[in-house]
Amino acid sequence: MLAYVIRRVFQSIIVLLVVGLVAFSMFRFVGDPIDNMLGQERTDADIDRLRTQLGLDQPFPVQYVKFLKGAAEGNFGVSFRQGRPVATIIAERLPATLELAAVSGLLAIVLGVALGVLTAIYRDGIASNIVMTLSLIGVSLPTFLIGILLIYLFSVELNWLPSFGRGDVVQVGFWSTGFLTASGLKALILPSITLGLYQMTLIMRLVRSEMLEVLRQEYIRFARARGLRDKSVHFRHALKNTLVPVITVTGLQLGAIIAFAIITETVFQWPGVGLLFINAIQFVDIPVMAAYLMLISVMFVGINLIVDLLYYAIDPRLHSDKSAKAH
Amino acid sequence: MMKKLMLATAVAACAAGSIAQAESLRWARAGDALTLDPHAQNEGPTSALLHQIMEPLVMRDMSGAMVPALATSWAPSEENPNVWVFNLREGVKYHDGADFDSEDVVFSLNRAMTPDSDYKELLASVKEVRAAGPMTVEIETDGPNPIMPNNLTNMFIMDKDWAEANNAVKVQDFEGGEETFAARNANGTGSYKLVSREPDVKTVLTANADYWGSGEFPMQVQDVVFTPIQNQATRIAALLSGEVDFIQDVPVQDLQRVAAASDLKVITAPQNRVIFFGMNQGDDDLAADDVEGKNPLADKRVRMAMNMAINREAIKKVVMRDQSIPAGIAMPPFVNGWTKELDVVPETDNEKAKAMMSEAGYEDGFSIRLDCPNDRYINDEAICQAAVGMLAQIGVKVQLDAKPKAQHFPLISNLETDFYMLGWGVPTYDSEYIFNFLVHTKGEKYGSWNGTRFSNPEIDAKIEALASETALDNRNQMIAEIWQVVQDEQLYIPIHHQVLNWGMSNKIDTIVAPDDAAKFKYFKLN
Repeated sequence: MLAYVIRRVFQSIIVLLVVGLVAFSMFRFVGDPIDNMLGQERTDADIDRLRTQLGLDQPFPVQYVKFLKGAAEGNFGVSFRQGRPVATIIAERLPATLELAAVSGLLAIVLGVALGVLTAIYRDGIASNIVMTLSLIGVSLPTFLIGILLIYLFSVELNWLPSFGRGDVVQVGFWSTGFLTASGLKALILPSITLGLYQMTLIMRLVRSEMLEVLRQEYIRFARARGLRDKSVHFRHALKNTLVPVITVTGLQLGAIIAFAIITETVFQWPGVGLLFINAIQFVDIPVMAAYLMLISVMFVGINLIVDLLYYAIDPRLHSDKSAKAH
Repeated sequence: MMKKLMLATAVAACAAGSIAQAESLRWARAGDALTLDPHAQNEGPTSALLHQIMEPLVMRDMSGAMVPALATSWAPSEENPNVWVFNLREGVKYHDGADFDSEDVVFSLNRAMTPDSDYKELLASVKEVRAAGPMTVEIETDGPNPIMPNNLTNMFIMDKDWAEANNAVKVQDFEGGEETFAARNANGTGSYKLVSREPDVKTVLTANADYWGSGEFPMQVQDVVFTPIQNQATRIAALLSGEVDFIQDVPVQDLQRVAAASDLKVITAPQNRVIFFGMNQGDDDLAADDVEGKNPLADKRVRMAMNMAINREAIKKVVMRDQSIPAGIAMPPFVNGWTKELDVVPETDNEKAKAMMSEAGYEDGFSIRLDCPNDRYINDEAICQAAVGMLAQIGVKVQLDAKPKAQHFPLISNLETDFYMLGWGVPTYDSEYIFNFLVHTKGEKYGSWNGTRFSNPEIDAKIEALASETALDNRNQMIAEIWQVVQDEQLYIPIHHQVLNWGMSNKIDTIVAPDDAAKFKYFKLN
């Protein structure tokens, strides 16, 4: 077990380094930050001076090594756009994204699993068919369109919910939270539905098909024959056995929720790291782009690791394999 | 009965309270100010926010006219033609209560001339700034500079003592690794005080009760809440749903919707920005064309034919939905040197254009790449697409290459494009600014945005002489002569003057400022 973890961590570090290298090799294609940093009145001499000062005249591997050195010391540099340390900016913005992702994730899991189970049990019911049809919309409509539609309906037409921003936030230590104010909670509703809808429908369809599969199994029939109550059969025996693939997919989807919050954050002007990243791309703010990409890859790698370990904990076959070997 | 009366009084009190309640204005535009450091970024949204909090010596009012701000009067010195004398406003206080005097002006202008400042080019001719008394400042230039005050309209004054106490003497730089205090805090003399600021999220301002101009300006907006909203559709939705009162950058396709809403209106005015195409006329051969060993754009007849092929009215109607003013010259209409005659829109005449093409030896046309930004100007890429079709009519086969501005502008600075779109605004409202950057031969000090490779020593000398020509009639004559050459040479293909659209609640009464900087002290509320 320990050897497995160490091996995985080692692999993860290599993945991170490669991601960083690829990212740095691509920054040059995003554009030149110098023009944005100097105003319209800059001279060619200014351009050269700033380029040298920032080290942008050096080849990208050199810039990358410089970034890694700084990152190892916890220094991610200074944003070209805001002129402030990148670590500070990300720390300020991260709570917004994490709160949004947490609410969306929770929504996706709870509703996804519940609807998945229900549509599997009542597979021929009218309600199930309606839910299944509607879920197609969730899978096929792009996020930004869902966001705009929700804004149009609930903000412009009905005037119930805010169309942008986080509402009022409360500062708890370094963490700014929108959970503690009415306007903060209201502001969460539309973005979290937008962000979580795709994941919700995905989980729902997955749970449903796994559940249908399991319900056909012999042992479920035996359980029914034994006269167990439906509730016990569905939730104790069937649902538990559908969870292994569901957890794998859900874990990866949680990473995706944070990474793809970019679009939702742009539509709702949600002040999280995704919006920060979009701004950074437009301005060619290399330090922010680099730090964000590293953050996202650390997160994905970390989630993968946790999912693998969970898999190990949940799937009893992995344990029995081991005990079988011991014989 | 008593109860009822009390209730009625309470209701009345509430109603009165809401009327007397301070009016706040919620404002949104596409981008946030990049910094509050007054000299770090010479950029529209940054200056627009700073104008609420800080003040320059002279400023532009909402119509674009130059009016006194921290200086009450200014004139060239009688003894020395190289010196401008500014008399400062008495009794002005900073938001923290400190007094404003000439020491602050000297400090601020010197700060704006340091290498990290974005404003140093505007002060390039300044030799020395000195205090001639507590309320008098002299600016000495290396030769007479007739338009010195024009360069100062965005040059904000900060308190010397405050800057020293907060370690903000240096302009914010990106190398230092530390945030300058002045990047997120501001202590100005302006009509609004900074209450709070989260970059890219929210900035709150409140009226400065001790403002020197309290009696002079309406000052009806009590609080300003500024939120950048990047996404066009969301920005419009926020206005339609009443979550904001005032937005800039209204997308042209949504103008009708906003105007149709009963409690909203759109107001429009020409912007200080002209859109045009530049052509590489200087190189012997072009990299991005199909003509070997020759540069078709070097032939004036080709440039004129291309100019003639552009149908500006069609671009206005179809691409811009009427939100543009077709242009005949690469100069916004507010600028000194602009005349109606120069800005006459060339007639579209494909037959004549084709004749000129064959006269120049290109009856079969040629192909060329057009570089265009796609996130800088209003409908920039669509304008270029329209131009592609129009130029095809006279045989010029254009491949369009549209890119984000961060990739587009370096092509112009590095001379890597032969045919490009550019837009130009003129903060000094004087032609010299255009000539310095767009007409003068590209070099260390001048011509940094001249991607045409046009180089004429005679014109260069004339442009440089403009800087110190004090006889205004003479100077205007020179400006007219330079424009004549620029027009005769068909240096640029002007497309149109951009039009600004501000969307707002009906309760707001204002005009559109040509520099897109709303100054809330001028706003009236109904």
